[in-house]
Amino acid sequence: MQYTFIALVEDKPGVLNRVASLFRRRNFNIESLAVGRTERPGISRMTIVTECANDLDAHKIEANLYKLVNVIDVQDVSRQPAVTRDLALIKVKAKPEQRAEINNLAAIFRARIVDVAPDSVIVEVTGTEDKIEGMVELLRPIGILEMVRTGQVAMTRGEHAGIRRTPGANGNGWHLHPAAALAEY
Amino acid sequence: MKLSGAEILWECLTREGVEVVFGYPGGANMPIYDAMLNYPVHHVLVRHEQGAAHMADGYARASGRVGVAMATSGPGATNLVTGIATAMMDSSPVVFITGQVAAHLIGGDAFQETDVTGITLPITKHNYLVTRADEIAQTVREAFYIARSGRPGPVLIDICKNAQIEKADFVYPEEVKLPGYQPPSHAPEVDLQAAAALIAEAKRPVILCGHGVLMSGAEEVLQHFAIKTQTPVAMTLLGLGAFPASHPLSLGMMGMHGEAHCNLAIQNADLLLAFGMRFDDRVTGTLSSYAPKAKKIHIEIDPSEVHKNVPVDVPLVGDLKTVLTDLLPLVDENDHDDWLRQIADWKAEGDARSIMNWPQDGKLHVSHLVHDLWEATAGSAIVTTDVGQHQMWTAQYYFMDQPRRWISSGGAGTMGFGLPSAIGAWFAHKDEEVWTVVGDGGFQMTQAELSTAVQEGANVKIAIMNNNFLGMVRQWQEFFFEKRYSAVNMRTPDFVKIAEAHGVPARLVTKPEEVKAAIAFARQTPGPVLLEFRVEKEEAVYPMVPAGAALDQMLRRPVRQDAA
Repeated sequence: MQYTFIALVEDKPGVLNRVASLFRRRNFNIESLAVGRTERPGISRMTIVTECANDLDAHKIEANLYKLVNVIDVQDVSRQPAVTRDLALIKVKAKPEQRAEINNLAAIFRARIVDVAPDSVIVEVTGTEDKIEGMVELLRPIGILEMVRTGQVAMTRGEHAGIRRTPGANGNGWHLHPAAALAEY
Repeated sequence: MKLSGAEILWECLTREGVEVVFGYPGGANMPIYDAMLNYPVHHVLVRHEQGAAHMADGYARASGRVGVAMATSGPGATNLVTGIATAMMDSSPVVFITGQVAAHLIGGDAFQETDVTGITLPITKHNYLVTRADEIAQTVREAFYIARSGRPGPVLIDICKNAQIEKADFVYPEEVKLPGYQPPSHAPEVDLQAAAALIAEAKRPVILCGHGVLMSGAEEVLQHFAIKTQTPVAMTLLGLGAFPASHPLSLGMMGMHGEAHCNLAIQNADLLLAFGMRFDDRVTGTLSSYAPKAKKIHIEIDPSEVHKNVPVDVPLVGDLKTVLTDLLPLVDENDHDDWLRQIADWKAEGDARSIMNWPQDGKLHVSHLVHDLWEATAGSAIVTTDVGQHQMWTAQYYFMDQPRRWISSGGAGTMGFGLPSAIGAWFAHKDEEVWTVVGDGGFQMTQAELSTAVQEGANVKIAIMNNNFLGMVRQWQEFFFEKRYSAVNMRTPDFVKIAEAHGVPARLVTKPEEVKAAIAFARQTPGPVLLEFRVEKEEAVYPMVPAGAALDQMLRRPVRQDAA
């Protein structure tokens, strides 16, 4: 099953390498990893999508992430009410007469054409992985020249929080944790 | 106060209480070595950086303090790698300080440039690349804190040459602020209650005592716990000494070469209390058949060890000493008479096979030699070992009653560990007797440190168990490869002459009647002494749990008809 983790990490050189190295050496598989700044200076946020057999594997990932000194908080949002989004830029082969067809498809997916060249257009589509896969399938027969995707980012809805199942990680009980740690920033 | 980065480094090291460092100078750490002359720190010049790493590790294990090893950039740093991995696998608190080329040269393949933080990332608890002098104080403070707290481990600081030379204001940071690093201490009350309930129900409990007992300083509370609940104590290789071997509740060592009665107790237990151990494959045998009837309580400071190899019923994540102290009042006194009697029966059966009952056959057996050493030193020496058969025999027959006197490479199984770790241990306890028991193979891997021992006057006694074989590999080839001996026959030099070339008194021992006198000679002669024992060549360590077998499917030593 696919698991999605949100990790807050210190924004320091090499932290991405530490996380990636951890997944490699512990034999966990990264499906996608997106990293960027947060509302707090000095803290980056990673959304990590992995394939895990079960919750025990998810625990192992969480607990190992906490072993990295630069990792401040980890939550599993796989089964929580959450908004997840992926962004794709898709360059499609398109003669001028095909642009209308692509434009119609884009409209159905609430995607946008963000660049038009004589022989191609770039479609920007945002959404869940499923939605993007759907869009890609429809564009494929027309001819995809290039594609780039950001990987998933995730945020829980409203007051909901992710699961923190690692006992005692990073302090005596996670419930004491992320707020207290973040307050130091 | 403006100081050079190198001076700031030594200011910080002395404030951390560092009195001795093990290292080797080179181009990229010369400013550090220059500044060192002005500070009250003793530097031990090793012959190979691996030796420095093992010495710092041995020092840390014997003293309970943080060891420090230094090397220059490039090959100096990469030579540390085996020692860093050894410290990592055994959770040993060592700070490694390496020189690095100047910051503006990084990435340009400068002379002796190697990506040391990249190389050591998976084998350190944490590591740092320092490019500016004003980062040094905070970094050193953090490194020592991380190395010794929580689950201890090695931390590496790679310091660029420019950062060593440039000047910065020296302000010693009073506190360490690491929001992502907060080691747990207490376990939640609800989990303690759950553990106490399992303990109250248990009829056949066994404590599994690991390295964490020593790391956490929980030896005393462990004894209270074991005695109050009358629970027998099995030890991992690195847990030896954490609970006295001579205590009636001691089961000795568990695992692949553990005591038969100990492994039988684990396999038949209805409750395992795993204290500061990590269910390594060398102690569990095949996981699917491991302790099938037992509930499991795991007290462990590293949450990633919980459920890693063996799923447990109650994990108590926290500092072992703290958690055990909290748990002790919640458990009832017990006697477990039937269970202890059952174990005593198993033990009696095993004793009949003991090699100690063998008649004198004119040959040297390592187990007998270790027993003689144990007797001569009244069981109170600090003993380090290399890795292999001699290591297992020493673990089995040097009965450790006190903590932090048994020093051996467990998780990594690093050959060449014995001699340098003994030198390191001697620096931690100069007034105590230090022995290293090594094989002929492992000794030759770090033999060069004999010269270091002489230069430092290290009072280390070396016992080489020479069977002209890589004995443990030979044993596996005998058992599992139809005795097809491949690359295990080793022609050894005349170790006595090697010792004499270093000015080290030495003796060759070939007959049992010479053993006691040789040990006495080593003990009475100050400074390093080397004894070479020509031991029985093709002997096997028993009991043995073959890889892939259940823990109670041991190969047992054949009973000799002529045994006493």
